[in-house]
Amino acid sequence: MKEFRESLAVMLGKAPRKPAPEEFTEGAKRIHQAQRAKKIDMEALRREAREHEKRHYWRNRRWAVLIVVNLLFVLSYRFDVQLVEGALTASRVLGFHFADLNSSLQVTLAFKQVLVNLFIGTTTVFLLWWVFGGRGFCSWTCPYHLLAEFAEKIHLKLAEKKLVTDHAFHRGVRTVFYVLFALLALVTGYTVYETISPVGIVSRALIYGPGLALLWVLLLLLFEIFYSRRAWCRYVCPIGLTYGLVGSVSPFKVTYDLDKCEHEGECRKVCMVPHVLECVIKGRAHKEHIDIGADCTRCGMCIDVCPSQALRYEFKGLSKFM
Amino acid sequence: MSEASKPVTKQTEPPVVNRRKQEERRRFLRSAALLTGMVGVSLLGFVPVVRGWNPRLRPPGALDEAEFLAACIKCGQCVQVCPVEAVKLADILDGFGIGVPYIAARDQACDFSCDGLQCVLACPTGALTHEINYPHETRMGLARLARPDLCLAMLGQGFKGVARGPDFTGKLRFDEVDRWNPIPVRDHPFDLEICDLCVRLCPIEIRIAQCAAGTPPSGDPNQCPPKRAISLEPMDDSDGVKRMMPVIHEGCVGCGVCEMICPVEPAAIVIDERKQWSGA
Repeated sequence: MKEFRESLAVMLGKAPRKPAPEEFTEGAKRIHQAQRAKKIDMEALRREAREHEKRHYWRNRRWAVLIVVNLLFVLSYRFDVQLVEGALTASRVLGFHFADLNSSLQVTLAFKQVLVNLFIGTTTVFLLWWVFGGRGFCSWTCPYHLLAEFAEKIHLKLAEKKLVTDHAFHRGVRTVFYVLFALLALVTGYTVYETISPVGIVSRALIYGPGLALLWVLLLLLFEIFYSRRAWCRYVCPIGLTYGLVGSVSPFKVTYDLDKCEHEGECRKVCMVPHVLECVIKGRAHKEHIDIGADCTRCGMCIDVCPSQALRYEFKGLSKFM
Repeated sequence: MSEASKPVTKQTEPPVVNRRKQEERRRFLRSAALLTGMVGVSLLGFVPVVRGWNPRLRPPGALDEAEFLAACIKCGQCVQVCPVEAVKLADILDGFGIGVPYIAARDQACDFSCDGLQCVLACPTGALTHEINYPHETRMGLARLARPDLCLAMLGQGFKGVARGPDFTGKLRFDEVDRWNPIPVRDHPFDLEICDLCVRLCPIEIRIAQCAAGTPPSGDPNQCPPKRAISLEPMDDSDGVKRMMPVIHEGCVGCGVCEMICPVEPAAIVIDERKQWSGA
């Protein structure tokens, strides 16, 4: 329970804390001691990690899923096969209602009525992303996420050449955004957030054709390239936070094994939400097996880069059978 | 480094703690700026709504404008089911109305060729109210003869050829051509002694005629509109020219077919969005 609260607090903006000495289990202490005694060549390990990443095992699978899901929306409209009707904000999948949790929240607060179809749709989507790890929505489905990944690549290239620097914001600002956008919907009676939501904009542009709204998305991407790495997903998006809350109770997680970890730290460099990976820092893990926190998008980049299988996907309760 | 320069660098370089504090302060200010900026931009969406920059004809069954913008989840399922592709989604210049469906009647009106109000059925939130079942129950707006001086019927003129020219891509359903599939208007030429396109193609008037002939749409008498929507009335012909005037009645639902088909440029008859009947 304490860990659950801590993982929520970190997602909402609290800085991850170092565990107190009395929190360490005996097993964890032993491993830390052994690791301290070991002589290691960090440079070689980092090279090994980058070599390991090159297969992009999970990234390729994730991109394939993301593209196929969005393509299903596009093609089923183009060819009128009625497989997936609508956009990411709300849809019918084989006739069953699906509704994005955040869009539904905005509509419900603005319209001030609980709508049966949205209730059905959000329940379905909640269950879906409960199974697939909450913010799995972000990395495995959100079309803006994919665009932002390319922008991030450019940002990192430019940063390497010292042409740009990453300006971090306080992560708590996303929580403030969440509350503000909810209040704005309630007070103004309009779905204010939808006006700037790049997720809705990109999804609709793919399905119904491009519009001027894409210029706003372009502006966001430029902001991320030149000013602040992954700014929208990290510091603004209330959709991400909504799915993060689902992820906090999801059985599908990335998990960490202390005894396999070499602490070269490449996983934290590729991670969009590195505050969830503080436990991989040398001497930080207070127990041998740790579940990565709620804000994790289950994108698998850390798994791709980890050469020693210290990080992996786990479906709680199913590991016995696999 | 010489002995003399050392104390100087020490003085100019602030202590580490302060630098971290300074960075935290900067980060806080940056975050506040991000917050103000993003919320500010999103609130710009108010402007087109309050100013009424883009008055829109909404699909059948749309709630009152403010409620409609609130209830619409911006998914476009109504777009996908429309057989004549009359429903479009608004762009970011509509502010809070982004992603909300509208009908540009002059380009493509709603001719109810789905009969069953498919957009209403598709709407997951009831922004297009599920309380209506038949075309004549909707009230999207009201037709108005905005430019009587251009109206061919009032000039006593007929119409020959394709309405709106050979490049016009709009579609309508012509029961006598194909009951199930709308066809491009340009594939359906007319030869009329006096232009009566707005009356002839009015979906409500067509239904009234079908009901009068004992063949209501889908064989369902509930489809029969109780009130006339538009008719051509004779005018004073003391100058020897036979003239007719389109007159709009209470049964007009504002679907926009008359505006779409009106062969003169600009259209003589237009729809006033959301206008309600207030007497002849």
